[in-house]
Amino acid sequence: MKFIDEYREAEGVQKFARAIAGLVTKPWTLMEICGGQTHAIIKFGVDELLPKQVTLVHGPGCPVCVTPLEIIDKALEIAARPEVTFCSFGDMLRVPGSRTDLLAVKAAGGDVRMVYSPLDAVKIARENPSRQVVFFAVGFETTAPANAMSVFQARRLGLRNFSLLVSHVLVPPAMEAILSSSINRVQGFLAAGHVCAVMGYHEYPPLAAKYRVPIVVTGFEPLDIMQGIYLCLKQLEEGRHEVENAYGRTVQFEGNRPAQQLLQEVFQVVPRKWRGIGEIPRSGLALSEAYREFDAETRFGVAHLTAAESPECISGLVLQGVKKPGDCPAFGTRCTPERPLGATMVSSEGACAAYYRYRRPAA
Amino acid sequence: MIMCLAVPGKILSVDTSHPETRMAKVSFGGIAKEVNLDFVPEAQVGDYVVVHVGFALNKVDEEEAKKVFEYLEQMGELAELDEKQSAEPGRP
Repeated sequence: MKFIDEYREAEGVQKFARAIAGLVTKPWTLMEICGGQTHAIIKFGVDELLPKQVTLVHGPGCPVCVTPLEIIDKALEIAARPEVTFCSFGDMLRVPGSRTDLLAVKAAGGDVRMVYSPLDAVKIARENPSRQVVFFAVGFETTAPANAMSVFQARRLGLRNFSLLVSHVLVPPAMEAILSSSINRVQGFLAAGHVCAVMGYHEYPPLAAKYRVPIVVTGFEPLDIMQGIYLCLKQLEEGRHEVENAYGRTVQFEGNRPAQQLLQEVFQVVPRKWRGIGEIPRSGLALSEAYREFDAETRFGVAHLTAAESPECISGLVLQGVKKPGDCPAFGTRCTPERPLGATMVSSEGACAAYYRYRRPAA
Repeated sequence: MIMCLAVPGKILSVDTSHPETRMAKVSFGGIAKEVNLDFVPEAQVGDYVVVHVGFALNKVDEEEAKKVFEYLEQMGELAELDEKQSAEPGRP
């Protein structure tokens, strides 16, 4: 496929690998933000092409991973109601809550449906006026405009049987939380390309300046990732800390204005809990005053639910780049994708799940 | 797929029958899907768009797409130059 295949060819990737080998004189630790990038790095073995001094740590950009346990419990509670048709992206269906998961609710007779787009949930609501249709709106800035459009359309259509269970999170506040932590080891960031396709990258220069870290907007194919790593390391070796764009075919500085305008209308910025990390100020989105009647937490009275995470799981440290999956004694034994203890094993794009799939030592 | 996975596809046709929303048929390596174009009002038939959960997030900039390959070529030339220079005797 055009704009994919040519970015997977080995020749260019090798060229960057040689350039990086010739460039690096010191140990450096970089973090890729997005779980999609983590998955690509481990799948294509990008990290194995780098000199020993370069460590890639994996960031918190996996929406399934960072969705807090209590939101999953709220989803389970709502989905089990007889009047509800609960719609979700496929990734969330098998994420375990405190006691069960959405697939188990479905098996027990709940009307749980996997949708490809939030607009599919709007369509189900239009066609089934006697059902309460709830869409599970999780994800980062990449997904938020699509979810915003679903509720925008529902309001325009006057749908009273549609609502959103919202758990949106924002990337820049999480980057700042990592950088300002006393145990931080990240010296440069590969920023998440598709988040920037929506939001642009005007939020990053203040972060780069304040914490003196290079930030390179990076894509998802092996060549994109190698270019991002190369530019980031080049800055570090030259003592610079600037914001660069290595994903110009998809990302502009100002981002997608129509999408940002809709986000501003439908959502407002709120503090959010991140699974494994805890609450981060101004790091999430909730429905704005004008759209609050579409809030499923209020409609179904589940706003009060809370839940405690597994004490054994170190996913918070993995998500902040302090530990790697193999550092956890439960990895691959008491914690597997089938029976995950926490955030980073839950989703196939979580760092622990990616290592489990591609890097497990042969038994 | 809620991960920030977004895939480039080519706009085959645009459905103009809905006054409030613009939908298109987009081909992903031969597989056609319905895609909402409301966030990319400038996108037209023949353009490539990056699609996430049924929405086009941006048009792919074909000029920008070439830049990494031009950069690689320049890097190649520089490396050759370096090798020649270091092969010269008397250089540190």
